[in-house]
Amino acid sequence: MDQILGNIGLLIDYPVVNLKIVLDGVMIGALFALAAYGLALVWGVMNVKNLAQGDFVIAGGYVSWWLVEHGFPALLGVPVAFIVMWGIGWVIYKLVISRVIERDLFTSLLATFGLAIMMAQIMNLMFGSDTQSVDLGYPTLHFFDGFIDVPIAKLIGVLMASALAAGVIVFMKSSRMGQAIRATAQDARAARVLGIDTEKVYAFTFSLNSAICGAAGAIIVMVWIIQPFYGISYSIRAFVIVTAAGLGNLPGVIAAGLGIGALEQYGAHIFGIGYQQAVAVMLLLLVLLYRLIQQRRNRQVLK
Amino acid sequence: MKKLSMLSVLMAVFTLLFSQTSLAACGEIVIGSAISLTGKYATNGVHAQKGYEYAISKIKENGGVKIDGKCYNFKVIYYDDESKGDRAATLAERLISQDKVQYMLGPYSSGMTKAIAPVTEKYQIPMVEAEGASRSLFNKGYKYIFAVLSTSEQYLASTIGLAASVAEKNGKSPSSVKVAIAVENDPFSLDIRAGVLDDAEKFGMQIIIDEKLPRDLSDMSAILTKVKLLKPDLLVVSGHSKGAATAVRQISEQNVKVPLIAMTHCEATDVTGKFGDAANDIVCPTQWAETMSYEDPIFGTAANYESGFKKAYPEYKGRQVPYQTAQASAAVYVFKDAFERAGSMDKEKVRDALSATEMQTFYGNIKFSEAGNNIAKPMALRQIQDGRYNVVAPAEFASHELNWPRK
Repeated sequence: MDQILGNIGLLIDYPVVNLKIVLDGVMIGALFALAAYGLALVWGVMNVKNLAQGDFVIAGGYVSWWLVEHGFPALLGVPVAFIVMWGIGWVIYKLVISRVIERDLFTSLLATFGLAIMMAQIMNLMFGSDTQSVDLGYPTLHFFDGFIDVPIAKLIGVLMASALAAGVIVFMKSSRMGQAIRATAQDARAARVLGIDTEKVYAFTFSLNSAICGAAGAIIVMVWIIQPFYGISYSIRAFVIVTAAGLGNLPGVIAAGLGIGALEQYGAHIFGIGYQQAVAVMLLLLVLLYRLIQQRRNRQVLK
Repeated sequence: MKKLSMLSVLMAVFTLLFSQTSLAACGEIVIGSAISLTGKYATNGVHAQKGYEYAISKIKENGGVKIDGKCYNFKVIYYDDESKGDRAATLAERLISQDKVQYMLGPYSSGMTKAIAPVTEKYQIPMVEAEGASRSLFNKGYKYIFAVLSTSEQYLASTIGLAASVAEKNGKSPSSVKVAIAVENDPFSLDIRAGVLDDAEKFGMQIIIDEKLPRDLSDMSAILTKVKLLKPDLLVVSGHSKGAATAVRQISEQNVKVPLIAMTHCEATDVTGKFGDAANDIVCPTQWAETMSYEDPIFGTAANYESGFKKAYPEYKGRQVPYQTAQASAAVYVFKDAFERAGSMDKEKVRDALSATEMQTFYGNIKFSEAGNNIAKPMALRQIQDGRYNVVAPAEFASHELNWPRK
């Protein structure tokens, strides 16, 4: 308790620390938001809750790490991870996801849970259980007497994440495929009647999600560290964000992503770093409770 | 009558064949080991397994294990415990009751060893282990477990003494030293914390940060911000590979200035290879260093062990051979020594011989206490100086001066 009060005291004594916490949180939150957006896409369009979301992120990280190990420049990792994970996502769709789309909730949860375990173990066998990271070797910018530090690598990562997010938004708004995806999300049957090949839309959506996650992972490996079994922590955060923001609400997903990043950093500062993820899970509980209370008023049949 | 003679001829032929084979090749001593080949401990589990295998091949080259004039070679049955404690216990049970293994080599990590020890104890199977350092393994009255390594509360406790002597050298009292601790919430790291706290209390030092790291740590900027604000004189980090990797990366990114930083698992994480200069002047504890002056007739000196192992496993070229590997080899060597002194394959006799062990190996001196931990070998501290690991403490093994304060 004393420690908690002391930690809060530090925040008041050194206001600049608040800025640092928010900055750190927003930078990692941007990557959470990417993974969460992919999840919202798949969830909204195909009604598949992908528990392997975080493992796609980690797989993308390993693609980038592998490239760097073989002498390619690190920044190339992001587009390459995007493309490679697109392909892997497509294969996984054809093998697994296409068979569970029309099934009930538990079938898709079980299938993707199995997928998550498989992917983590395969990565463990291929790359070993060492923690890996890519060091870009860029310097770090310091402000406010060195209290605020912004590694240029992190800055590049966040910029790439924003560019990717912007690209996806424009794509969904203006391209033909984007329209088809949105139409399928609204009413798959009507979309089929109007001549949209929903099977193709599903495959495309899942591959796109996998590719977004892959690119996020390639950014994460440049800034933090990855390990074959770290996927679950990204999956949890993606679920928290999507549950909080709701499906099909892109600005909401981004805001929730950044917010959760910052809140986690505050939690870590005040309660100790061991409780960083507990903050995310607590938030999920609160959001679910809130939603439950909200829904009591308007009861409806569950699909 | 005719039948009988036929039978005796056959028997004679068989005995001839049998005795011939036993003359030509050595016999086999089968040892069991459940070890982490997949899962979160796989990196070090594989390091340990290679240590076992290297020692077995070295002992074979040197004429095997001699019991009662006959020679034997070790053969290990490995099972993968997937880094899960319940799995490790099940596999130990299976090794003993199905594979009829009479002796065991330890798994990797204190947690797995804790899971297996009750099983080996129940079946009275002697186990020499090299990778479980938790002190809680040695206060339960176990009789069949023998550990060649120093126990975990000794790992970083010596950094407190080091910080105290630096303070004295600079004309300050050791009690003015402020300590920050960040350790993972697992048995091994908590022991390290207990050792550090004990020694800090002896000097009257103040603990200003004391935090537990989560299992899936990838960001510790919150702790490091506090470190920057509170300015401790000593920062102690223990969180397996991920803790070391995260700490080294973020300490350099956030430009954290602490005069003395100590952490575990530097070698296993390859911090010098991954982060280069960012790892400089960090102090790392080690069970063993190849520059130490121990030697034995099988492996030669510590330096001979290092070069021999790298020849056998070229993938370790250009990096440090982890101490996890060296101590695994030492465990096999302890078994050989005990079998030869016991002069028998009887597991009780082997246990008694193990408990009377007193020998020097390339890895250090080995003598077991009543509880089974090795009391003859101190921990050493090495500092990363220009990308090299140089022993800086304890004084009698130190090859280099401590760089202080860390820049």
